[in-house]
Amino acid sequence: MLTTFTRRGAIALVASAAIAAGSPALAEDWKPMKPVEMVIMAGQGGGADRLARLFQTIIQKEKLAQMPFLPVNKGGGSGAEALRYLKDKQGDAHVIMATLNSYYTTPIQTEIGVDIEEFTPLARMAVDVFALWVNVDSGIETIEQYAEAVKAAGGSWRMGGTGTGQEDSLVTALLEREFGISHTYVPMAGGGEVATALVGGHVDATVNNPSEAMSFWQAGRVRPIALLTAERLDSMPGVPTFAELGHDLEYYMQRSFVAPGGLTEAQQAYYVNLLQKLHESEEWQTYARDQALLTDFLTGDELQAYFLSEREKHRDILKGLDTPS
Amino acid sequence: MLAADRLIALALMGLSLYFMWYAKALPIGWVAASGPGGGAFPFWLSAIMLAASSLILLRSFISHPHEGEKFFPDADAIPQIAGVIGLFVATIAVIPFIGTYLALIAFLFIYLKFFGHHGWVLIGILTLATPVVVFFFFEVTLKILLPKGWTEPFFIPLYAMFF
Amino acid sequence: MEVLSLLADGFATSLTPLNIMIVILGVTAGLFIGAMPGLGSVNGVALVLPLTFIVPPTSAIILLAAIYYGAMYGGAVSSILLGIPGASTAVATTFDGRPMALQGKAGLALIAAAVASFVGGTISVILFTIFAAPLAELALKFGPAEEFALVLLAFTTFVGLGGDDTLKTIVMICLGLVLSTVGLDMISGQPRLIFGDIPGFYSGISFLVLAIGVYGVGEVLYTIETSRISPAVSTARLRMRDLIDGIREMNKMWKTMSFGSVLGFFVGMLPAAGATPASLMSYGLARTFSKKPETFGKGNIEGVAAPETANNAASTGSLLPMLTLGIPGSPTTALLLGGMVMWGLMPGPMLFIEQQDFVWGLISSLYTANLAAVLINIALIPLFVWALRMPFSVLCSMVLVLCILGGFAPSQKLHDVWLIAGFGVAGYLLRKADYPLAPLVLALVLGPLMEKSFRQALISAQGDVTFFISRPLSATFLALAAIFFALPLIKMLRRRIAKRHAPAE
Repeated sequence: MLTTFTRRGAIALVASAAIAAGSPALAEDWKPMKPVEMVIMAGQGGGADRLARLFQTIIQKEKLAQMPFLPVNKGGGSGAEALRYLKDKQGDAHVIMATLNSYYTTPIQTEIGVDIEEFTPLARMAVDVFALWVNVDSGIETIEQYAEAVKAAGGSWRMGGTGTGQEDSLVTALLEREFGISHTYVPMAGGGEVATALVGGHVDATVNNPSEAMSFWQAGRVRPIALLTAERLDSMPGVPTFAELGHDLEYYMQRSFVAPGGLTEAQQAYYVNLLQKLHESEEWQTYARDQALLTDFLTGDELQAYFLSEREKHRDILKGLDTPS
Repeated sequence: MLAADRLIALALMGLSLYFMWYAKALPIGWVAASGPGGGAFPFWLSAIMLAASSLILLRSFISHPHEGEKFFPDADAIPQIAGVIGLFVATIAVIPFIGTYLALIAFLFIYLKFFGHHGWVLIGILTLATPVVVFFFFEVTLKILLPKGWTEPFFIPLYAMFF
Repeated sequence: MEVLSLLADGFATSLTPLNIMIVILGVTAGLFIGAMPGLGSVNGVALVLPLTFIVPPTSAIILLAAIYYGAMYGGAVSSILLGIPGASTAVATTFDGRPMALQGKAGLALIAAAVASFVGGTISVILFTIFAAPLAELALKFGPAEEFALVLLAFTTFVGLGGDDTLKTIVMICLGLVLSTVGLDMISGQPRLIFGDIPGFYSGISFLVLAIGVYGVGEVLYTIETSRISPAVSTARLRMRDLIDGIREMNKMWKTMSFGSVLGFFVGMLPAAGATPASLMSYGLARTFSKKPETFGKGNIEGVAAPETANNAASTGSLLPMLTLGIPGSPTTALLLGGMVMWGLMPGPMLFIEQQDFVWGLISSLYTANLAAVLINIALIPLFVWALRMPFSVLCSMVLVLCILGGFAPSQKLHDVWLIAGFGVAGYLLRKADYPLAPLVLALVLGPLMEKSFRQALISAQGDVTFFISRPLSATFLALAAIFFALPLIKMLRRRIAKRHAPAE
């Protein structure tokens, strides 16, 4: 126990020292000898996939690494496939994985024999935020009007979102708990499909990420009611948060990188250092601003602690969710 | 042909029963206010498949449309086909250990020598050229890494050169 | 004409020497990637996407359009030569393309595919140029109910495929549909049919794996057996005259091709539908309305032209919802969408207003890429046909190698290669016992779409089945589907009645 603890502590110390120094001495001790596999926990074309490919591009363009990073989609079973793959790659330093929230929800929901505590945390690149959206034609402008309309519909109010058990359905469950309302949840294949279904009137509301619905908002087709964040966003002026309206609702989607368990300190430091440079790159900062992503960088022990506390939080939310039939 | 027809129908019936049993893990009925459950599609489609393959089996006792035909018109072909299947399966089986490249070389060599009876020159050219072309097309150009197994260390200088 | 002047501006940027070079390179690369079984436009676009950040944005779009079209053309090559559809959009091309190749007319089939693709591509780009904006609104009207009705329609244009055994066809359709449910049930979020928790099944059974198995490995085994009895594999030759003959043949098919293009464009434009149902419907309809429907599936050149016009038209059509609504209709357009976001362009309703340079540059490069693709494709046909003249056992060994590599490449797991071996042997035996394989493969492609849209529609209608017929669009599709389903039956009945009456009179 004690040894693990000190080893982790040492990594965090060394990693942060390396970052602070700017010229990383330790990172030079190890570098990939072959192309690095970048496993994506989702299918092609989704938000996670797009982000992972953006990182690949920036790494290539800015020549941040000698070896290419090759994205591989393993989205099967809400990421169960990717998690099992990473577990089998124990000790392999040429594999990293781009995560999203299914990193904790999938092992809770299905027995796949994976404990995320065993993996090596690298860095959290961003957190994506959520908002409640309605079609402009509905005439709804405030959260009170929304709750009333849903109640009046008597359970037939259609909420569109990604697959059952994934983030959108959790946010919907949080909303239902807070306002004492119930929706008919319509699961769809991806955020883009969800946003269009709202514009086309096939669902009545969504909890899309701003990046997915932003262009329809600008075109005057959909309207954000409130954000599930602690503070307002610069990119969405005039949109209130649930917190300031007196409702304690916050939910984020993390976008991080992890590696298989059993990496050496030098190997972990190499990736942390690389991701730090990525975080500082101008392309990434511009992209994040445009897409309303928060770029809160986090590494080492703090990241692992964050993962574990998020896992507990999700365990609670999922417990409150009725298992869908 | 008749025996083969019956055997295949039986195998399909068994398969559909297996699918039905498996699909029952999720609700197979009509869930109120939301339509069919998660297991409904596989379950009922397997049930139709079971019915249709049972009818095929029954039919084979009533009429014999293919009587006199043989399932394998040329019995000599059987060992050769079994050989090709065996070689193909063996190639896949050794990929995780000796890597794609050695496995392909072995496959091509055995196939061309023992099934094709080709001369050494052609065999030599094909077994040596294929892996090179595959490496440059899949790995260098398309960036799709193929499994290397134990041969991984030999590729490290190549990676350093081409990436 | 505002459109024309905008288009002219677009051409001015896309016709510089650098950009013409890029088109040629892109189309050639796309052709070869598309011609490999298992690889398609997704791989091509993924390959060049990082490169597009190094060249100027307009050249980047042109490169992507060139690869996209090149790969669409290339898909037909492996369907015709090897009988293995390189992508689900090219399945229908195998039905008549492969028999033509076996009759020694591979060159003619390839020319037909290239010309048809060009016609489909051109007509759809013209439609795109004129109607892009209003059509986007139509696409929005498409909800789950309409999607289900459309997929059902695509399916019924296919039922009664040739004179196959009805019971065996039913078994194969059901088997395909059941295999399509393997993996995760998106609606309930639960895994199903994963056969003892094998992680390889979590992501389901991919179409490519089944197609490479039954058409690739299965075909090789079948040919090894039959070629022992009749060892003559017809060698294809290609002369200049064939090219002229080919184009003359194609000239008779304007009706099929223009219908296929329009159909392809509209079906491809619908979110979630895409090129596969479009090519199937086009083939099915060409057969239904043909004067000689019995020649389809036996090497009718019209059976190559119909799906090829439609799938190329559909791939242009699928760019429309991607650009105007920001929803990708296929994995490839999803990657393109990602690329655009990275260039700082926001696809969606505002794109046509705010980024006219980009939009018209893209549209004009679709014209140039399409033209370049047909020319390069025809120039390469002798090379493709020459490949067929390899000694038979060399060809077989190469196809098996391609099956292993092409099966591994898309998702990079050996699990899929094992499945290919299994499907290959099973497909070989089933084929010998007269089970039709096309319905099996098609059911696997259309199955997930059908189940998903059916259940989504019912959930949003609170389980009310009348939802499907209460909406005008979906009701129309369902009525059409019913007609197409009944059509072969009616024809058969009429023929029987005619037969019964004939001797009596």
